[in-house]
Amino acid sequence: MRYSYYPGCTLSSTGVEYGQSVAAVCEALGIELVELEDWSCCGSSSAHALDHELALSLPVRNIALAQPAGLDTLMPCPACYQRTLRADRRLREDETWRREMEALLGFAYDGQGRPRHLLDVLGHDLPAEAISSRVRRPLKGLKPVSYYGCMLVRPPKLTGWDDPEHPVLMDRLLSTLGAEPVFWSYGVDCCGGSLSLDRSDVVKALVGRLGAAAEEAGANCIVTVCGMCHINLDTRQQGTQIPVFYLTELIGLALDLPGWEKWLRKHFVDPLPLLQSLSLV
Amino acid sequence: MPNTSFSEIIQTRSGEPLHTCYFCQKCTAGCPVAYAMDYKPAQVVRLILLGRRDTLLRSNAPWLCVGCDTCGARCPNDIYLAPVMDVLKEMALEAGLAPAEKKVYALHQSFLDSIKLWGRTHELSMLMEYKLRAVDLFTDLDLGLRLMLKGKIALLPERVKDLERVRALYRRVGR
Ligand code: SF4
Ligand code: SF4
Repeated sequence: MRYSYYPGCTLSSTGVEYGQSVAAVCEALGIELVELEDWSCCGSSSAHALDHELALSLPVRNIALAQPAGLDTLMPCPACYQRTLRADRRLREDETWRREMEALLGFAYDGQGRPRHLLDVLGHDLPAEAISSRVRRPLKGLKPVSYYGCMLVRPPKLTGWDDPEHPVLMDRLLSTLGAEPVFWSYGVDCCGGSLSLDRSDVVKALVGRLGAAAEEAGANCIVTVCGMCHINLDTRQQGTQIPVFYLTELIGLALDLPGWEKWLRKHFVDPLPLLQSLSLV
Repeated sequence: MPNTSFSEIIQTRSGEPLHTCYFCQKCTAGCPVAYAMDYKPAQVVRLILLGRRDTLLRSNAPWLCVGCDTCGARCPNDIYLAPVMDVLKEMALEAGLAPAEKKVYALHQSFLDSIKLWGRTHELSMLMEYKLRAVDLFTDLDLGLRLMLKGKIALLPERVKDLERVRALYRRVGR
């Protein structure tokens, strides 16, 4: 299995352990990632907040870089994924705009490869046994709630996600690892996203509610596939201290891949006491 | 300007069919930040249809919208409000009005400047620009320091080689 790879800015900064665990897990599972040479930022929330046209055009440069290989592009960040998906949709539907982009960026769009989120690839392209047969350390006693956030599943007409109000793909993968996923009603609620610094009161209110809900549901950890969600959940909980894992960290832990300890040391809420209390490490 | 044209402009620019709204308020009910908005999402739609341009261009609702698309995914008439909120922000800036949430604007602008400068975002220089723009030097400094100690904020930016192409996209929209 081979994909073009777009890590996005977060994976070399606040989400550095996400980037490292994605690389390790993909390698172990035989998913070959070919990083797009000289990729640029997708524009994220800020471009669409201030300039609709800039927001649609910034990801096109990366789509252009992915053209020659003709592969799907794997993206771990839901924001990059959604912004790129929107640009790709417009390239498919608006011919005048497509021609303008092609001329400006010097490429010819053939619509072959598509932007794909990591969770989609792990859950749909990979046979379930690919992971289950490799589990060395079943995550027994780990009771995660799956946190999908906003950008991955919505808008459903764009992402095509099967159940945008109650997705279960992450829970399925977590069960494969031997964990015991707990259901809750907040899996697609918002963490406050980009308001983290400028209106941290809002993020604290939303994340505080998520932490309390996870605890009420009887979970002992939260699992995410988004760098923005992770930093918000890991640093802005109110009155709870629930460890927040990236899905790939837990896959790495269950497969006993080297490096998991280094990844977990990057967290603000230290997950090691929980793992020790469950005799997982 | 007649009242109708304001709502028509917004519907054209956002592509959202606001005239089909029957004010069920499901958008407001599900919006995670409605509690902090001066006008709630459904009220914003109603005010647009009423042509209340000045009220809306001074409202903080568009600046607080996080683009989570909860409203759109649940609206019985398939109306997504994030693109509508984006148009309202653009119109407020075009009209030369001060953004109703200055810090939110400062962060977005610093983010866009960072991409224009490096091709990718560089947190450290972006945050310094944000702090100056927002005139907010001390909030979250401890968090910033802890992030640095954990190696989660790079000191040096990663610079895209073919920056010219990124900047061409900025020039195209007059930035
Ligand atoms: S959910 Fe849709 S129809 Fe209902 S008030 Fe909001 S925009 Fe109008
Ligand atoms: S997209 Fe904006 S208006 Fe709609 S629910 Fe999310 S924050 Fe509220």
